[in-house]
Amino acid sequence: MAGRTLYDKIWQSHSVGTLPTGQTQLFIGLHLIHEITTAPAFDMLRETGMDVPFRERTFATIDHIVPTDLRKRPFLDPEAEELTQALEKNVAQFGVEFFGLDSMNQGIVHVIGPQLGLTQPGMTLACGDSHTSTHGAFGTLAFGIGTSQVRDVLATQTLAMDKLKVRRINVTGEMGNGVYPKDVILYIIRRLGVGGGKGFAYEYGGPVIDRMNMEERMTVCNMSIEGGALVGYVNPDQTTFDYLKGRPHVPKGNGFERAVAYWKSIASDANTEYDDVVIYDGKEIEPTVTWGINPGQSVGISEKLPKPEESVDPDAVKKAYEHMGWKPGAPILGTPVNVAFIGSCTNGRLADLRAAAKIAKGRKVNPSVRALVVPGSAEVKKLAEQEGLHEVFIEAGFQWREAGCSMCLAMNPDKLNGREISASSSNRNFIGRQGSPQGRTLLMSPVMVAAAALNGKVVDVREYE
Amino acid sequence: MSEIVKITKVAGTAVPIRGNDIDTDRIIPARYLKEVTFARMGDYPFFDERFDAAKKKKDHPFNDPEYKGASILFVNKNFGCGSSREHAPQALHRFGIQAIVGESFAAIFAGNCTMMGLPTVVVDAKEIAQLMKSVEDNPRTEYTVDLQSKTISYGGQKIPIELPETYRTALTQGYWDSTTLLRANLDAVKKTAAKLPYMTGFTD
Repeated sequence: MAGRTLYDKIWQSHSVGTLPTGQTQLFIGLHLIHEITTAPAFDMLRETGMDVPFRERTFATIDHIVPTDLRKRPFLDPEAEELTQALEKNVAQFGVEFFGLDSMNQGIVHVIGPQLGLTQPGMTLACGDSHTSTHGAFGTLAFGIGTSQVRDVLATQTLAMDKLKVRRINVTGEMGNGVYPKDVILYIIRRLGVGGGKGFAYEYGGPVIDRMNMEERMTVCNMSIEGGALVGYVNPDQTTFDYLKGRPHVPKGNGFERAVAYWKSIASDANTEYDDVVIYDGKEIEPTVTWGINPGQSVGISEKLPKPEESVDPDAVKKAYEHMGWKPGAPILGTPVNVAFIGSCTNGRLADLRAAAKIAKGRKVNPSVRALVVPGSAEVKKLAEQEGLHEVFIEAGFQWREAGCSMCLAMNPDKLNGREISASSSNRNFIGRQGSPQGRTLLMSPVMVAAAALNGKVVDVREYE
Repeated sequence: MSEIVKITKVAGTAVPIRGNDIDTDRIIPARYLKEVTFARMGDYPFFDERFDAAKKKKDHPFNDPEYKGASILFVNKNFGCGSSREHAPQALHRFGIQAIVGESFAAIFAGNCTMMGLPTVVVDAKEIAQLMKSVEDNPRTEYTVDLQSKTISYGGQKIPIELPETYRTALTQGYWDSTTLLRANLDAVKKTAAKLPYMTGFTD
């Protein structure tokens, strides 16, 4: 008998039944919410008099609109204050546990779930945020959902879902010097396209992924959605179990042993047949930088910008150059940078800050650059400070901020101005994404952002390693 | 949520938005997500492409009086990629769009649209080119998207459309607003939950 994938196993154990539409009613083991996509969902519950039957399976925090400098309430932005008050009222009324600004557990929703051990292998997880795929690093089926679906999870702890196919993505060999998980996922998206994952869950594996620690796997899974895949995951292994052991929501003692046995049982079987398999050689991957207006438009640092006529979608390349102001055939190396942003649910974890601090240590940010380091959670901030990373960054001329989503999507006061070019460790380079309709974003790994900050332009981080 | 509304047909004029991979940040900039309800979203679709910093109108199909009143949107590949923000389909719907016809749609976006009763239907590249040309040549052309016969028709032409059968059933049978359907099975939900070891903290 052919083996089954982790996706199949979790899908089956969480299936409540088939709906009249033909969709599966899928139980959701963990629901994470934040201030942005939930207010209308709670309004709909109130209008129809529905309760939250599994309220102990929902956890709330505040991340998107949080100012990262002055967090004093009321916020200076009245809209941010109103939205925060709405969330506070909703979690109180419906009995949902909330990690607010004064909690040590506050942070980006995709950073705190794993940090608290809420995210576990073999679970289904949903959150009204497309980067929910991050949690797949644990062997969790994690879905980014819209507000009407948030309402469904609150009211029923289930979603109406269609089953996906599974594409296995093997990254073989090893990562070269100066190459990080961010480069691996940017490379995968470039090869498979921003819409290439439509209809698929991505299962990442192979020696490069197997050797990654949990924070690194989260970076890879985080950007699955940028490749069009609703779900991305890595099979749980000893690295996963070691990370989870001792975290607040993870069972202890015999419970942990039983949990590990269950977690092992839900990994994809060795003889599984996948709907599709792709294989990439880790050695082919260079430090990677996006040049365009979607995360698939990237090049290795030694490459030149593509010519529209040699591209599969010339109009898309032209549209990107029109916004970015580049010329075909120019090198990405040396592109000027005005802003450097290290943070986000993609690259705002302790390992990211450590790696970036190594580059920054004993050096100075170029005076032409405004550089921000925004830890992904209050806990990440605390741990980084215990190691003295904040001093390294401040000494080098970076601003050291409070936890939040910050300039990834610029819903707080951290924004690009005008035509500024940002070197960013975040996940999206869409037009207007970082708060200025004319602003420009170059996505890259946090070490590449640190190196760009020091030089005021895109450089090859391998020169530092 | 209580009353069943079946969506079988959308008829009206159309508006084209050309380009692949149009993301939800472009459809609705993040600053509008700070509003606590969807009520005003209809004022904001493609805001930064339709207005400059001084709120002066730019050239954009949604500003073009020729396309005023259009209820069908024509798009290209991977429309609605990026953020899961339901504000994007809410903005289009509240602006007046009642069906979207394109080469392909991003997964979360298409799901969000369906749950609002906004069909997203697929035609092939050649046919979307033909549809876009027809509306650009004559913006007063009337189109009918028929989910039962799975066609879009206009001026004597009939083009086949595709959409997932589950979405088609949800829309045409009035199950698209799923909460009532899901909530009716709460007993079965509790049984499924009880079998999952993590729900009891891995106790025996």
